[in-house]
Amino acid sequence: MSNVLVVAELLEGAARKTTLSAITAAKQIAKQSGGSFDILAIGEGAEGAAKELAGYGAGKVLTAEIPGGYTCEGYAPTVAEVGKGYGAIVATASSFGKDLLPSVAAKLDAGVASEVTRVNDDGSFTRPMYAGNVIGTLTVDTDVKVVTVRQTDFEAAEPSGGDSSVESVSVTKGDLAGRVEVLGVEVVKSERPELTEADIVVSGGRAFKSAENFTNILEPLVDAFGAAMGASRAACDAGYVSPEAQVGQTGKVVAPKLYVAIGISGAIQHLAGMKGSKTIVAINKDKEAPIAQVADYFLVADLFDVVPKFTEAVKKVKAAG
Amino acid sequence: MKILVPIKRVADPDNANKVKVSADGTQVTTEGLEWKMNPFDEWALEAALRLTEDGAAKSRVGEVVLVSVGPKEAVATVREGLAKGAERGVIVEGNDNDLDSNVIAAALAAVAKKESPDLIVMGKQTVDGDSNVAGTVLADKLGWPIINYAMRIETSDDGKTFAIKRDLDVGVASVKVTGPVVITVSDSILHPESVKNGVTPADFKYPEAEGGRYASLKGIMQAKKKPIAEQTLSGLGVDAKRTVTYKKFELPPARSGQTTFVESVEELVEKLRTEAKVL
Repeated sequence: MSNVLVVAELLEGAARKTTLSAITAAKQIAKQSGGSFDILAIGEGAEGAAKELAGYGAGKVLTAEIPGGYTCEGYAPTVAEVGKGYGAIVATASSFGKDLLPSVAAKLDAGVASEVTRVNDDGSFTRPMYAGNVIGTLTVDTDVKVVTVRQTDFEAAEPSGGDSSVESVSVTKGDLAGRVEVLGVEVVKSERPELTEADIVVSGGRAFKSAENFTNILEPLVDAFGAAMGASRAACDAGYVSPEAQVGQTGKVVAPKLYVAIGISGAIQHLAGMKGSKTIVAINKDKEAPIAQVADYFLVADLFDVVPKFTEAVKKVKAAG
Repeated sequence: MKILVPIKRVADPDNANKVKVSADGTQVTTEGLEWKMNPFDEWALEAALRLTEDGAAKSRVGEVVLVSVGPKEAVATVREGLAKGAERGVIVEGNDNDLDSNVIAAALAAVAKKESPDLIVMGKQTVDGDSNVAGTVLADKLGWPIINYAMRIETSDDGKTFAIKRDLDVGVASVKVTGPVVITVSDSILHPESVKNGVTPADFKYPEAEGGRYASLKGIMQAKKKPIAEQTLSGLGVDAKRTVTYKKFELPPARSGQTTFVESVEELVEKLRTEAKVL
């Protein structure tokens, strides 16, 4: 029997929703190993976040209050110290989890299963490789297993009504804490749903030709749907939209009910980030574009002609309720 | 400034959908696919070259050393990096099946200890394993800070301190770090003003380029004479063991269903309402 530690991801003093997917994965790992799970809330505002996290059925919620912004150097020694008695340490494979957990693993001489999509009954983990073109199943062969899980493959845990005890743990200062100073984090705030959590994602590619066209042509459609806005790497690189919008192997992985790809040819790297979507719509001038490999519906058209019409049509349907 | 850039050869990422698995599911087979430099490593190399040159005068002011851990055929990938402008190469020979992030990080740490660079710049992930682990483990083994997902790197004191912007899920973080440090780069590092080194004029802009600079003919000729040192894991005293074992590889299930081509926005909206029931 071994227990599982979930590392909660905090943003501005509250747990991000990503944490709830890690809790779901932790429950599965704990069930398979016959143990229970605890949650570690670490960072500024950990104690406040712990109150909410206490409602998810954890054995206990541990808090490590660390002022200032997140740095791997500032957090990893404490997570490793707390985590060394556990059989597994789990976080969601966000830019937080994928930054912090390998460092924790290194401190514990532990192996890492990164961006896991399935926890198997025999203790192995399944994960995509080669931009999702190969699915690998691996075992982590060390006493502590360090695991990051893909948010879209583990449903957000629901509050269980329990009330876990909250205990604070002491902060372990590593040797490197002073070497990295956080000058600031510009958090991109949006009225729209989060890309990785939205039911509908509308994405644009380089065919939009400019940032202005993204704003004037794509965004009204995004908002007509009440969707999150995504983009191809080409569109992000060209500066049409900020990099947080990138969907793909190296950006965010999304799996909404509806994914609308406009002016996106569908490079392998992009498909890797969205082919788990339930329904995929492509709008593209080129009907041979690789996006056709995954599209359920394909409108061969010039986006500048049809996107404004699409926006009006969606608004009409929504207004009709 | 001396920079170590770890690079890995990967099966052509633009044809990753042609990767197969062996009948017994124990091996990934990449026959028929060309070997390419891992794209993130290519971008890391571009960042390292920008840090060690006067971009406007096109002159080198520092040293970039490439290191690849893998089969000896990876020498071709190292040679490609030398043709783009790196000064030297190191190959640490190892069979891909014996290597995981932990062993690779240990091998890179051993090379870094011999080379004592001011900085290690590498890709945030390789596009075959897609793990995003080796850079961070390497930093830990060296006792250096790790800065993952760098999109801008600035130094004005020849690599003693760096101001770095990090590409995060929630936005952009600005950090200041004292070297030596391991930096992994994100896609955004190819921005025309991604690197400021205090030597290249501050208003200089690099051309927009898909994968960083190309090797010139002169560069290719010069690369043939540049030294590539050969090392082995045992020669470097690396005794790290694998910490994970792949038991099985499979191809992903194909998406079910055919593509329906629609003629108009009206037809599309109708299908989304009545067939897909998502609107």
